[in-house]
Amino acid sequence: MRALDRLALILGLGFLYAPILILVVYSFNASALVTVWGGFSTRWYGVLVADVPLREAAGVSLAVALASAALATVFGTLAALALDRGGRFAGRRLFTGLIYAPLVMPEVITGLSLLLLFVGFGLDRGLLTLVVAHATLGLGFVAVIVGARLRGLDRSLEEAAADLGAHPGRVFATVTLPLIAPSLAAAFLLAFTLSLDDLVIASFVSGPGATTLPMRLYSQVRLGVNPEINAASTLLVGTVTALVLTASWLTGRKGVA
Amino acid sequence: MASTHGPDPAGLLTCAGLGKRFGAHAALADLDLTLQAGEFVCLLGPSGCGKSTLLRLIAGFETPSAGTIRLGGADITADPPHRRPVNMMFQSYALFPHMSVAANIAYGLSGLRRAARQARVDELLRLVRLDGFGPRPPDTLSGGQRQRVALARALARSPRVLLLDEPLGALDRALREETQGELRALQRRLGTGFIVVTHDPAEALALADRIGVMDRGRLVQIGDGASLYERPANRFVAGLLGDVNLIPGRVSARDPAGLARLDTALGPLRAGGAAEGEGIIALRPERIALARVPSEDGPDLAGQVVETTFLGDRIRIQVRLADGTVWRVSAPTDADAPAVGETVHLSYPPERAWLMPAEA
Repeated sequence: MRALDRLALILGLGFLYAPILILVVYSFNASALVTVWGGFSTRWYGVLVADVPLREAAGVSLAVALASAALATVFGTLAALALDRGGRFAGRRLFTGLIYAPLVMPEVITGLSLLLLFVGFGLDRGLLTLVVAHATLGLGFVAVIVGARLRGLDRSLEEAAADLGAHPGRVFATVTLPLIAPSLAAAFLLAFTLSLDDLVIASFVSGPGATTLPMRLYSQVRLGVNPEINAASTLLVGTVTALVLTASWLTGRKGVA
Repeated sequence: MASTHGPDPAGLLTCAGLGKRFGAHAALADLDLTLQAGEFVCLLGPSGCGKSTLLRLIAGFETPSAGTIRLGGADITADPPHRRPVNMMFQSYALFPHMSVAANIAYGLSGLRRAARQARVDELLRLVRLDGFGPRPPDTLSGGQRQRVALARALARSPRVLLLDEPLGALDRALREETQGELRALQRRLGTGFIVVTHDPAEALALADRIGVMDRGRLVQIGDGASLYERPANRFVAGLLGDVNLIPGRVSARDPAGLARLDTALGPLRAGGAAEGEGIIALRPERIALARVPSEDGPDLAGQVVETTFLGDRIRIQVRLADGTVWRVSAPTDADAPAVGETVHLSYPPERAWLMPAEA
């Protein structure tokens, strides 16, 4: 019975991670053919570094991820504060639902609706629309993460600060903010990751001169897979993994409470 | 911030007609309370009686639905918590976990210069006997030490009134009794008005100048411990402050000394107290004398001993009387205690029994 469990676990994990593992292994392939092992080499990482369009796409992705994650963190935190602290204002439940809905909305729908919005406003598609779209995507996740932390916060801490003469601004800056800071960092990293690996929404709302790394990789794959793609994908997987692990460490940490 | 005011005839802190509703629920109704300068008042009552709500109204965390709160003559009803010269010690202590002990205590002292602030923090640490604990984070302290940090922090701004919400609730019994004495001594020394919320009658009796008993959002009775114990306003107060025998009856006459005469199931009984009509006599177990022969004067209250319990400093004897009710009698342990089944005769000094109105 126990052996069966173990087998199931191995098969499950293998199913999930074998493709990624193969991708990583083949990124170190000396051969130009994707499926034929020609010995260990880092030559495709060299090619990657020399690939200007790909590098530019990576730059766009990082810039968009940074900007959109920052926006999502600010507005998502404000939303979480409003939902947690706003008391019982009219439409609170509706507002909560509206914040969480994009989390389960198919990306195609989000992308399409944002596209229609931008066209309606007459906005040229490019970096700006991409940042706004990704901020929208990340906002809901930030609100969920920060909201959970706020609900877990002992309200008497803030009351104690006010009682000791701190005006509301000082209470927020010296007590609330330091205590929810780990969740803010985690939320930022998650929003960053979501932006970094989004392809669907970016395809809708991006324009010329704002090609992200996933878009670039996808268009190259359509012309045929080469080991350079494997190398680029491996770097992307590594970055995303590191960010997600950091985010989960920050949220899971018992920290200050 | 310094409280150099003399005694105020109107009281230091005055709550008048204070009420608080949460939706349809009245957490507090028509409450009047006056705290004199330097006075130690305990608010006593079961959970949900509104005592914590009252504390939060005085601190400013909640806005009253009705009534006013005045401090030293000034109306502070509408002031936000950070503008009230009142400080609170929280039941959970609410120490800031991301700050050191010293930073916690110094939090309310942001108006002072660095040197003055440091001096004040050191002074407070000495006051609560925590010298040298300044740089420690609060979560490395024991429960009793955290309690003292919370106290020092709440006293840092020299509040005119200090509010304490179950200050000893999280401590174990031995530490609690020791801390009661310290708290009492500290309050005497500082002369700050203290309002302590507690659900423990023994704690209220040990600490307070006056005890305010609260029940279902109302202040039922306020007075010193002895008057509440001897002359409770109703059966709730009587039962809260200690064991009591309750004998229902109807007032039929008053004798020249002012004692009421009641018709009860046990015949006519006498008691002090001004209530009229239907009433209940509150009779403390230690006021009842127990004898093997009927007493010379007064009614003959004969009964059978159904149980005796040795409690160390006294013996609790339960006696079933003619009408079937069981009275609890408290006798000194050196007395010749009757055995179970024995017939005994009970008597009490009528001026030591207290007549309360039957309703409420």
